[in-house]
Amino acid sequence: MSVYHYIILSIALFTVGALGILTRRNAIYMLLSIEIMLNAGNLAFVAFSRLHNHLTGQIVALFVITVAAAEVAVGLAIIVLLHRLRGSLRVDEANLLRW
Amino acid sequence: METLAFYIFGTLILLLSLLVIISRHPAYAVLYLLGAMFCLAGLYVLLGAYFVAALQIVLYAGAILVMFLFVVMLLSLQGEGYTKGRTLVRGLGVGVSALLFMVVVAGTRQGSIGSFFSFSREGTVGSVAEIGRLLFTKYLFPFEVTSLLILVAMIGAIVIAKGKMRGEA
Repeated sequence: MSVYHYIILSIALFTVGALGILTRRNAIYMLLSIEIMLNAGNLAFVAFSRLHNHLTGQIVALFVITVAAAEVAVGLAIIVLLHRLRGSLRVDEANLLRW
Repeated sequence: METLAFYIFGTLILLLSLLVIISRHPAYAVLYLLGAMFCLAGLYVLLGAYFVAALQIVLYAGAILVMFLFVVMLLSLQGEGYTKGRTLVRGLGVGVSALLFMVVVAGTRQGSIGSFFSFSREGTVGSVAEIGRLLFTKYLFPFEVTSLLILVAMIGAIVIAKGKMRGEA
């Protein structure tokens, strides 16, 4: 088992997340795809930490998890407000600033 | 044995992530992502990052995805059917994602991990004591700034989602 396997898996996960962002227009699915991409990056960090025998990668992965929690909180608040004001979560319909 | 566990977790997490983005109901998508988070924790254990794996389950599966489920249930989101006329967008999305995958994999071949770097036998074990020691000495400033970030995010989320109370303009 080498770091290359984990990096390819991380790249594939990131691609799946990017595919989700590109093809879905529901705000919840886009937020979930962002979470997939963040976790792909985390996997790369931890794999490199194991490769170099240095714990910095794991510390950074911890911070990424924490920042993702904060970002999801704010993102879900925006989604709640969007649903309350417009009734639907389609991001391609929310194209006017005031209404 | 380790190889088998890697391939099982790896295939499972890719499958579950694909199911997340093609599922119909958002509650199913969140549950698929929950399974993917557990598989990712298994991969972290394989890499020796035990504390990160535990925090992944507690924070991601236990807090973030639960928040997602709360919002899905609060808004009573319905599932959406397959919409016509989006085939071109989906095809373009798949094409661009495949291109992204190939470009990044080709990029790893040029760099210094072009050869198969095997993990050394005595890898750094991410135990709680080691990470705690680093978090409170070398990475103390980012640690404190992260607590400030969480406070700001909490205030922001409450202000955004609160709406108007009675008596306000």
